[in-house]
Amino acid sequence: MTTAAQRQVLDQGDIARSLTRIAHEIVERAKGADDVVLLGIPTRGAHLARRLHRKLAEITGRELPVGTLDITMYRDDLRLKPARALEHTEIPVDGIDGKLVVLVDDVLFSGRTIRAALDALADHGRPRAVQLAVLVDRGHRELPIRADYVGKNLPTSLRESVKVKLDETDGVDAVLLGESEGSAQ
Amino acid sequence: MKRHLISTADLTREDALLILDTTEQMAQVSARSVKKLPTLRGRTVVNLFFEDSTRTRTSFEVAEKRLSADVINFSAKGSSVSKGESLKDTALTLQAMGADAVVIRHSASGAPKLLADSDWLHGSVVNAGDGTHEHPTQALLDAFTMRRHLNPGVGHDLAGRRVTIVGDVLHSRVARSNVHLLHTLGAEVTLVAPPTLMPFGVETWPCQTSYDLDAALTKADAVMMLRVQRERMNAAFFPTQREYTRRYGLDARRLALMPEHALVMHPGPMVRGMEIESTIADSDRAVIVEQVANGVSVRMAVLYLLLGGSEPAITTSSANTSEETGK
Repeated sequence: MTTAAQRQVLDQGDIARSLTRIAHEIVERAKGADDVVLLGIPTRGAHLARRLHRKLAEITGRELPVGTLDITMYRDDLRLKPARALEHTEIPVDGIDGKLVVLVDDVLFSGRTIRAALDALADHGRPRAVQLAVLVDRGHRELPIRADYVGKNLPTSLRESVKVKLDETDGVDAVLLGESEGSAQ
Repeated sequence: MKRHLISTADLTREDALLILDTTEQMAQVSARSVKKLPTLRGRTVVNLFFEDSTRTRTSFEVAEKRLSADVINFSAKGSSVSKGESLKDTALTLQAMGADAVVIRHSASGAPKLLADSDWLHGSVVNAGDGTHEHPTQALLDAFTMRRHLNPGVGHDLAGRRVTIVGDVLHSRVARSNVHLLHTLGAEVTLVAPPTLMPFGVETWPCQTSYDLDAALTKADAVMMLRVQRERMNAAFFPTQREYTRRYGLDARRLALMPEHALVMHPGPMVRGMEIESTIADSDRAVIVEQVANGVSVRMAVLYLLLGGSEPAITTSSANTSEETGK
């Protein structure tokens, strides 16, 4: 449902091209992506991780391990909101010890979600390195965290909201920029 | 139900499914090498046990520690309670010490409700078994175990599944909690017990009753054997142990009557040779040890949902009404 106040900044083709470019960048930087493990942060990050997984399979010809990482219980704002339902965590069977973990999320904003994800990762094992891939970086970081792979840098004001829609959950691929209605990411 | 878990009768279907789904995620934590979450860091949970219990108290303690809560064990024996302190003064003491939640077991039915309704304590109250009334976390772990085997999957209930609960229903808080919860989740419950061990007013419960175990077993998806609670018996409820075992015990002949997929469950502690034959308890049909493991996950889920946020996720039925008006 696109209201008049919302402006589309990425369409289906833009999202697909961004993911293709990120997949190539991962292969380039990881020198073949031999030990890469993709972990998506539910819900949309998990879908993006699966899409990246398919692109990487096309590029490298191999099936890389892919999973999901729920960070709810590691959030620093748990006590500010009612207790919420948990999402599914699925770590690939070979684990993450000594691997290059690429975290995947839809929007990078304050950086607090990623901080929680780093804490959660530490309880699952010790990766060789952790990198971050996001579809949109909208700025306004509150922690010293940056993304290694960015689909689109989107300068925003704090009054604006960024909404990522994906076919798997919303029936359409789009990134929308609009006035915040208290539901920023 | 607001911020307490006193009775499974207070849980809506949505509440119950939320707890079971959360339990599914908590169960994953128990399988990791680091079995610890930071979720309840800085929160204090008091295990207030007025009645002896090793299994339930340990299970709660493991759950609380896995969620990083500070745990205080307060047992009646050797404490101020044995010197004559009232429940009220104990509660006021715990409140003064800053308890965020109290897990209470008491031999008097209704003690947790008294505590929850009072203004002695501001924290959440979790019923860990009160007299012959209720034991909600046991029923939740039983339902979770059944769902995993009979209808696995997030968001699934137990619609149409048949559960037979056998034995000392009269003294069993486990049976009472299970009847309410399983009914809420859509299962059909049959209670089987000698007439002397069937509670007064059982016809008002949302379940069937029977005195014939063999007939009830043939169509059961799960059979739950209850322990005969001799410590609560002040009269002769059946002639001899042998007669009880012959009429209401689970043996190899009766196991053969059950469908292939049917589960054998027991809330523990079990008396081998009394309500269940030893070989049955050890057979691969029995999920008794699995029930214990699931108990930790269920208690983690309940504590997380009650204490994890600014307010509990388990709410009253107002959530349903707003959903209906939205349609």
